[in-house]
Amino acid sequence: MPDSESSPAADRPQALSAFRICDFTGQLAGAGATRWLASFGAEVIRIEDPVREGRWDILRGTPPYVDDRRGIDMGGAFNNHNAGKYGITLNLRDERAKDILTSLIEISDVVSENFAKGVLERWGFGYERLKEIKPDIIYVSNCGFGHVGPYSDFKTWGPIVQAVSGLTFTSGLPGLEPAGWGYSYMDHTGAYYMAMAILLALIHRQRTGEGQWVDLACTESALSLHGPALLDWTVNQRPSRRSGRPHANRSFWPPMAPHGIYPCAGDDDWVAIACRDQADWEAFTKVVGEAWCNDPTFASPDSRHANQDPLDVNITAWTAPQGKFDVEQLLRGAGVPVAAVMKPQERIDIDPSTADFGLWPTVHHAKMGDVRVDGQPAHFSETEWRFERGGPCLGEHTADVLTTLLGFSAEDVEALHAEGVV
Amino acid sequence: MSALTGLRVIELAREPIALAGKLFGDMGADVILVEPPGGDPSRDYPPFAGDEPGADRSLYWWHYHTSKRGVVIDLDDEAGRDRFLSLIGTADVLLEAEPRRRLGALGLDYEDLARLRPELIHVAVTPYGRDDAKSDLPFTDLTIMAASGPPWSCGYDDHALPPIRGPLQGYQTAAHFAFLSALTALLYRSVSGRGQFIDVSMTAASNVTTEAASYSWLVAQRTVQRQTGRHASVSPSRETQQLCADGRHANTGVPPRQPREFAALYDWLKELGLDAELPEAVFLEMGANWEGPFDLSRIGSDDEITAIFGAGREGLKLIASRVSAQDFFVGCQRAGLAVGVVNAPEEAFEDGHFKARGFQVPVHHEDIDRTIVYPGAPYALTGSPWAISRRAPKLGEHDDEVFGELAP
Repeated sequence: MPDSESSPAADRPQALSAFRICDFTGQLAGAGATRWLASFGAEVIRIEDPVREGRWDILRGTPPYVDDRRGIDMGGAFNNHNAGKYGITLNLRDERAKDILTSLIEISDVVSENFAKGVLERWGFGYERLKEIKPDIIYVSNCGFGHVGPYSDFKTWGPIVQAVSGLTFTSGLPGLEPAGWGYSYMDHTGAYYMAMAILLALIHRQRTGEGQWVDLACTESALSLHGPALLDWTVNQRPSRRSGRPHANRSFWPPMAPHGIYPCAGDDDWVAIACRDQADWEAFTKVVGEAWCNDPTFASPDSRHANQDPLDVNITAWTAPQGKFDVEQLLRGAGVPVAAVMKPQERIDIDPSTADFGLWPTVHHAKMGDVRVDGQPAHFSETEWRFERGGPCLGEHTADVLTTLLGFSAEDVEALHAEGVV
Repeated sequence: MSALTGLRVIELAREPIALAGKLFGDMGADVILVEPPGGDPSRDYPPFAGDEPGADRSLYWWHYHTSKRGVVIDLDDEAGRDRFLSLIGTADVLLEAEPRRRLGALGLDYEDLARLRPELIHVAVTPYGRDDAKSDLPFTDLTIMAASGPPWSCGYDDHALPPIRGPLQGYQTAAHFAFLSALTALLYRSVSGRGQFIDVSMTAASNVTTEAASYSWLVAQRTVQRQTGRHASVSPSRETQQLCADGRHANTGVPPRQPREFAALYDWLKELGLDAELPEAVFLEMGANWEGPFDLSRIGSDDEITAIFGAGREGLKLIASRVSAQDFFVGCQRAGLAVGVVNAPEEAFEDGHFKARGFQVPVHHEDIDRTIVYPGAPYALTGSPWAISRRAPKLGEHDDEVFGELAP
């Protein structure tokens, strides 16, 4: 494909450079999946609708912004989720655009999307048709409830997936309404499962020559994250909805106490403390050194676990006047599991660990300029990830893709553009 | 045959990677779980079958170690290390979350293993990565998550209440990246013939799984604030969690904003006989009959649009107060609104949708002659079946079988 910006790792091999993805994904639940593939060198070609200026992906023009400029190419989240991909426009209301898409599918390994059920089919590109175009194609659909089952026509976004699948419920305190997740955890995690599904299907194809359809339902991926609680239900008939639960910051499997998030001095500052066993407790109480540490109520792991409410009152009184990093330092020195609850600025710009890991790479976006994005949380000794570019502006690579891959001339592309096809 | 049939994965038992091994095993890989003498501590984690603690009764263990064979190897013993090396000689992937320097000290780190088995993909999971001394600090799922972002964004409008951690998700997020990384390296290996070393950081994994919290700071140096049951946000947003008539909650998502949605809501109110109780019903009817685009940017400035939009919210609240959360969810969805019932995990598990998709998976435990229903596949690969091929192993259950296979 066309450009390849020079970067320090530009001469390193890329794990997935053999694969081309015809990508209709958007938002985070879909875009997050092909983002992983792009960072390992897969050629991800994102297809958008020129008529609606790609607005199906609501993140295209929404905050955060790098400066005062606004517009369809200026969304910071879109740039984050689509780094490393190419972007083309196809007006699929037009038969000529459908022909172009057909040619692109012929030379792609994967077609990926996270539309509502039936959208691709209505455009004439359901799985049966995709197979006619390319018999070993891998088609991965990702939607909230999947394409099969009574709720398959229902609509979702991250918070709805989290609500229905139990993740919202389990994140809360007893006697209060659910706190839930303050972000679309299942858009991220649904995207991870979608990426796994794509990679699994590619491995399957390598070994058998067969493509397949993957029907990913984000709610199902989410439900699978409750394993032991679901077995407690099927084996012991014990529901999670019961008195005293959920108590999300505590640990029941295994029982640990103390185990919680405690207030500190400062502006909304908190610290997480966990004692895994008696040795941790002894180290902890040595640091704290208050009378309640010797209270027989708290003497054994079982009695501490049974008396966490009074235990937490005491610990809160101890942490509250102290800075979170001071508590962290004291308990770290004693070998007790502890962590300040990090604010975004603290974990991104202050904690050297994330910068040392290279977790916030800078990408170059054609209009925004240099912007930092999420990196990948793993380093590969042979095929390290990298983001060659920022998220594509609307139609940024239409001409490149059509001329380089599909045999159109620059004049053809101009004419197609003038006629509203691309 | 499934996608990973025939691949061999060696997993050194540790909590944070248990899910990664399960993901391999349930897709057909031959996962050999290596435990130290005495077994992995999570064998003794509750909950227990029948609430009776005891060997092989931990449901925690049952869940995370499906589709694996189990062997005991003492890596601190020379004979054990030899046995481990023979196993590595047959392996495609090594999954481990050992303390950072442990394998090196034993002469079993990547360089040693790769000499013996160049095609090995070694995935190491540590709190901060192999190069960071902070990986030597003690940790739990809670401290990993606190250090890396999720709790900052989760909790209640009332900031006197603590930030909240979604239980176990720190480890599970790390496991997701361990599995993704290994699959990626397997695809490369099929081209290059070469394995590699992969250094996964648990805190980095959660750091990049926080959506707007990270990119609001990266892009615009703004800080999101947690709110009850909805996205943490730089500027406060309206509540989206609604108490329903049965005491359960629903997430109301985005309120109606299109004429067909106002119409569907109005019809539903009438069907329930509640239209007379909603003073704003007239505005709903007006929204239903709206001609042309309904310009949301004029909420607050245009009186009619503001009233219609407000009537949508009020109409939803009224219905929610009179029906169960499940009925509210289904009714809203039939009206075209993305609304969700806040289920407990078991309520979702028993829902007909997931049952119809085959999410309830019976697994026969031949040792107790009982069939146990497990949670099913996170994805439906129509050509590569996901399956629980066996219950979790007992301690050393497959020593003879696995070591027998290694014998020359």
